[in-house]
Amino acid sequence: MFRACLYSTKNKSVRVMAIMFMLISIPACSSMGIQPWERDLLAKDSMQLVPDYLDNFMDEHIYFSKEASSGGQGVGGGGCGCN
Amino acid sequence: MSLATCTLLQIAAPLAQAVDSEWEVESAVLFYSESDSRVLAIEPAVYASRDINDDERISLRLVVDALTGATPNGAHASSVAQTFTTPSGRSSYTAAAGQTPLDDTFHDTRVAFGADWDIAIDRVSRITWGGNLSREFDYTSLGASATYARDYNDRNTTLNAGLAFNYDMIGPVGGTPSVLQPMVDPGFTLNRAGADDNKTITDFLIGVTQVISRQTLIQFNYGFGQTDGYQNDPYKIVTVIDPLTGEPATTSGSTFFDTASTGNLPYLYESRPETRDRNVLYFKAVHHFDEDVINFSYRYYEDDWDVTSHTFDLRYRYEMDEGYLQPHIRYYQQDAASFYTHNLELGTDVNPASGAVNTTFASNDYRLAKSETVTLGLKYGLPLGKNSEFSIRGEVISQTVNDGLVPSGEETPDLDAIILQVNYSLLW
Repeated sequence: MFRACLYSTKNKSVRVMAIMFMLISIPACSSMGIQPWERDLLAKDSMQLVPDYLDNFMDEHIYFSKEASSGGQGVGGGGCGCN
Repeated sequence: MSLATCTLLQIAAPLAQAVDSEWEVESAVLFYSESDSRVLAIEPAVYASRDINDDERISLRLVVDALTGATPNGAHASSVAQTFTTPSGRSSYTAAAGQTPLDDTFHDTRVAFGADWDIAIDRVSRITWGGNLSREFDYTSLGASATYARDYNDRNTTLNAGLAFNYDMIGPVGGTPSVLQPMVDPGFTLNRAGADDNKTITDFLIGVTQVISRQTLIQFNYGFGQTDGYQNDPYKIVTVIDPLTGEPATTSGSTFFDTASTGNLPYLYESRPETRDRNVLYFKAVHHFDEDVINFSYRYYEDDWDVTSHTFDLRYRYEMDEGYLQPHIRYYQQDAASFYTHNLELGTDVNPASGAVNTTFASNDYRLAKSETVTLGLKYGLPLGKNSEFSIRGEVISQTVNDGLVPSGEETPDLDAIILQVNYSLLW
């Protein structure tokens, strides 16, 4: 399945761009960042990528059942009939 | 201890969490109500997580979804009254002239359980194993996932890679319909392909999270996935219209749709491809001002059903003397799937004598149409001590479907919905 997905011509440019971006991120990002003792703000609940777990979970479920798109934030989570 | 605990669907985060030997519990009840007596949902949920030891953490999630109301069956409003057969084939329901046909036999209770197990592999890398199970009376979903995360650059950069596999089984009321075959009057033999069917969903995602400064964090994800198997909505139909009258083809003189003798109604069960390849690009930025926090995300989605979409989401947390206020705005826009159609035409698409259809795929499900969704919300949160919080939020969702050029009165109606949710979190 992945072979078919990786080598299909459709969407190839999107895929290549995304993977290139990932690969160049590590060296490019090495000059950014902070020291361990500067993490006070980042440690706050409000600064998490998903600060409200259940709000986000409920929203994902609602929009999954009303729109044709899904995914992006992570993998897993489960499906539903959502009729 | 740096296990990522800030996870929805296992989003690995590079940030440290405090070690607690107690359960961190979040609970919520959500009320969801659509306009025009459509879906009404009540959804209680509990999410609980705790450390097992210095290197492991578990998270458990239980959500119950109780739904009642009515849902569009796919046929559109007409200038004449329309009669449909319920999915069981035993009885009929009627939509008056000018009324969007809704199947009001719709009711369901869904129970979903999920568990994640985070394991630190070494000082900079970790893995999250996940499992999920959900059950509705006509649908069962079973899944497993794994996400690996590794920190670089003094933990300022985190790379993630995740893989998920889901197996879904559907056993619709009355069995799975034969695609592009007509709904029939009660008493006639139902057009059924089988009792049940299934599909597999595989998703792969890689992502990078980068600390930009003491106040700013960004994330970039790329995901691709493939769904194989039964992807029709077994309860959705497409109207066959008589192009001369613009009405459903019951009185068209078509021998196939001569309902009295054949039982065939001018509504065909929808047909979608059995495979779907999806690509998603996702960007998120979180920034801390002096007091307030802004959380912004953008998602680009495309699939080989020709659906493309853009999603913008913005939350601004405004800190007050007591608690916080958080306005939320979301904008979503999608293009239609290639096989989305408002209806099928007798003669052009459907043979009047044999009922043969000259297309392989057709659906009038509004969720595959060109559409826009705007959401406006406001949340108020009140911390109750160090580890407990009460919050309440209200949101208004407005979805507009663009059918293109269709006869007046046959447009897909807009959908308006409200959300009211109450949350309470505590340490146990």
